[in-house]
Amino acid sequence: MATKKNGPVIALGVVLGIGFVAPLLAGQPLGFFLEVTLGGLMAGVLYSLVALGFVLIFKASGVFNFAQGAMVLFAALALARLAEWLPGWVGIPAGLPALALAFVLATGIMIVLAMLIERIVLRPLVAQDPVALLMATLGVTFFLDGFGQTIWGSDVYKIDMGISKDPTIILESMFQGGILISKEDLVATVIAAVLVLGLAIFFQKTATGRALRAVADDHQAAQSIGIPLNRIWVIVWAVAGFVALVAGMVWGAKLGVQFSLAQLALKALPVVILGGFTSIPGAILGGLIIGVGEKISEVFLGPVLIKAFDLAGGGIENWFAYVLALLFLMVRPEGLFGEKHIDRV
Amino acid sequence: MRPRNIGDVILDVKNISLSFGGVKALQNISFDVKEHEVRAIIGPNGAGKSSMLNCINGVYHPQEGEIVYQGEVRRDMDTHHAAESGIGRTFQNLALFKGMSVLDNIMTGRNLKMKTGILAQALHLGPARAEELREREFVEHVIDFLEIQAYRKTPVGRMPYGLQKRVDLGRALAAQPKVLLLDEPMAGMNMEEKQDMCRFVLDINDEFGTTIVLIEHDMGVVMDISDRVVVLDYGRKIGDGTPEVVRNDPEVIKAYLGVGH
Ligand SMILES: Nc1ncnc2c1ncn2[C@@H]1O[C@H](COP(=O)(O)OP(=O)(O)OP(=O)(O)O)[C@@H](O)[C@H]1O
Ligand SMILES: [Mg+2]
Repeated sequence: MATKKNGPVIALGVVLGIGFVAPLLAGQPLGFFLEVTLGGLMAGVLYSLVALGFVLIFKASGVFNFAQGAMVLFAALALARLAEWLPGWVGIPAGLPALALAFVLATGIMIVLAMLIERIVLRPLVAQDPVALLMATLGVTFFLDGFGQTIWGSDVYKIDMGISKDPTIILESMFQGGILISKEDLVATVIAAVLVLGLAIFFQKTATGRALRAVADDHQAAQSIGIPLNRIWVIVWAVAGFVALVAGMVWGAKLGVQFSLAQLALKALPVVILGGFTSIPGAILGGLIIGVGEKISEVFLGPVLIKAFDLAGGGIENWFAYVLALLFLMVRPEGLFGEKHIDRV
Repeated sequence: MRPRNIGDVILDVKNISLSFGGVKALQNISFDVKEHEVRAIIGPNGAGKSSMLNCINGVYHPQEGEIVYQGEVRRDMDTHHAAESGIGRTFQNLALFKGMSVLDNIMTGRNLKMKTGILAQALHLGPARAEELREREFVEHVIDFLEIQAYRKTPVGRMPYGLQKRVDLGRALAAQPKVLLLDEPMAGMNMEEKQDMCRFVLDINDEFGTTIVLIEHDMGVVMDISDRVVVLDYGRKIGDGTPEVVRNDPEVIKAYLGVGH
C-alpha cells in the first residue's frame, strides 16, 4: 500500500485550525464565537445529510449521483404540497397531522422513484461506461427539477413543523448576553443526528445492511454469491431518497421550499470531496467542517477582508466550501477517509 | 475407504456449450452429479473448469444445453436463484468482502436464510433482532467448525491467504447448501493447509451429506477424496469415471503430459 503523504494535509489542517480560533485571538467575545460556531454546526448537519445520500449511492452502485440535490427539492416539494392538499382531500386536520401523513406519502413516492431509477436508468446502463451513468444522473436531475414543477408547482412553499422561529437564549449565566440559538436549528440537528445514528445501526446490525456493505465492498463478489444486486440498488436509492426527504423537510422548514434548495444541496459535492466519496463518517465530518468553516469565515473573516482590501461585500459563504474542496483535491484527492482509488467498485 | 452412501442424480449437466466471442470455453459438455458424492472436475489451465461451475450457479448463461437440478430444468437461472435453491459456491480468485470481518463475511452467506422484512430490520423490531441472533449463533458454529475463532472480528483482507480460503468456504457453508461447488479450494496452499482443507471438505460431505463438486489440480488430492472425476481439455470432455479409470485413460494421460500440444 502506498504511504499517504500527510504533510500537506496536516499543514492545511493547521491553517484551518488557526483560522478557526483566530477570531478569539483577535479578541472576539467567546459567547459570540460559540454562537457562530453552533450556527455553523447546525447548517453543517444538513450538508452532512445530503452528502450522506450521495455517499450511500456511490458506495453501493459506484454511481456519482448528481441528482441528490434534485431529490432533496423534489421530496421537499412533495411534502409541502401534500401537507397543503391532504386536509382538503381526506379531511385530516391541517398542521402536524397533515404533515405526518404527507411525510409517509412522500416516503412512498421516494421509494417508487428509487424503483423507477433502478429499472429505467441503472439496470440498462450498469455495464456501460461510468460516464454514461453520470450523464444519466444529470438527466435525472433535470427531469426531477422540471417534473417536480409540473406536478407540485414552482412557487415558494412552506413546511410548518410547528416549531417557533424565535431564537432561544442559552447559557446566559456563563456568557454575557448568553448564546442565541434557534429552536428550529436545534430540532433539525436532533433529527439529523437520530437519522445518522439509525442508519449506522441499520448498516452494522441488520441483514439488509450487511448485504449493502457487501455490495459496496465488492459488487461482483456479492452478485456471485447470490446477493440480488437490483434489490440492493432499489434499497440504497430508496434510503438516499428518504435521507433527501428529511433534509428537504428541515431545510424547507427553515428557508421555504424553493428552487434554491437544489442549489444548496450542491454543497454536498465539496463535502464529499472533503470527507471522501466512500466514507460515511467522512460525509458527516465533512459537512460539519464546511458548515462551521463558512459561518466563521463569513462572520469574522469577511469584515476583515472588506476593510483590508476595500471590497464590496461578503458572500464568503458561497465560495468557501468550493475553495476548500479544491485545496483538498490538490493535497489529498481521496478525501479525509476515502479509499485511495476512486473508480467503480 | 470412507463409507459411501451415494444417492440419485441431483445435478444433470446436458450438452452445455458456452463461448465468449470466438473462444469456445465449453463444447457440448454432459455429466451428472449424484447426491452425497464428491465429484471432481480436472483439466489443464483454460480447460473450462471454472466456466462450468459458473454455468451451474448462474454466473454465466450457456448458449446451448440445459442443467437439470433436482429434477427441474434450469435455463438462465441467476445467482440469487441458484443460491436460494441450495447451490453454494467458493471461488478460485477469492471473492470475499475484504473490508468486512470474518463474521460479517460468513453472515452474508447466511442472509439467504433470513426472512424478516427490511422494514422490521430498519426499525430494529423484536423478530428481526431475534432472527439476527439466531442466525449468528449458527454462523458461530461454522466458524468453530473451520477453526477460525481467533479471527472472528478480523477484516478478511488482513488474513493469511490460506485462511481466507477457509472464510470463503465458511460463507458458502453458512447457507447450508445441498450442493457445494468448490473452485480450487487448495490452490496456493502448503501441505499442511491442504490437509486441513481436505479434512474440512470430507467432514462436510460426511457430516452434512453435502454433495461436492470440486475443481482441483493436485492429482493426489483428487484421487484421495473424489468418488468420480470429469476431465476437461480445451472446452471438451475427454474423460469421466472413477479416479482409477480416469488415471489410466490414454486420452487423459495425453492431455496431461501435453503430447500433441
Ligand atoms: N468472462 C470471460 N470472458 C472471456 N473469456 C472467458 C471468460 N471466462 C473464461 N473465459 C475463457 O474461457 C476459457 C476457459 O476458462 P476457465 O476459467 O473456465 O478455465 P479453467 O479450466 O478454470 O482454467 P484454470 O485452471 O486456469 O482456472 C479460457 O480460454 C478463458 O480465457
Ligand atoms: Mg479456473
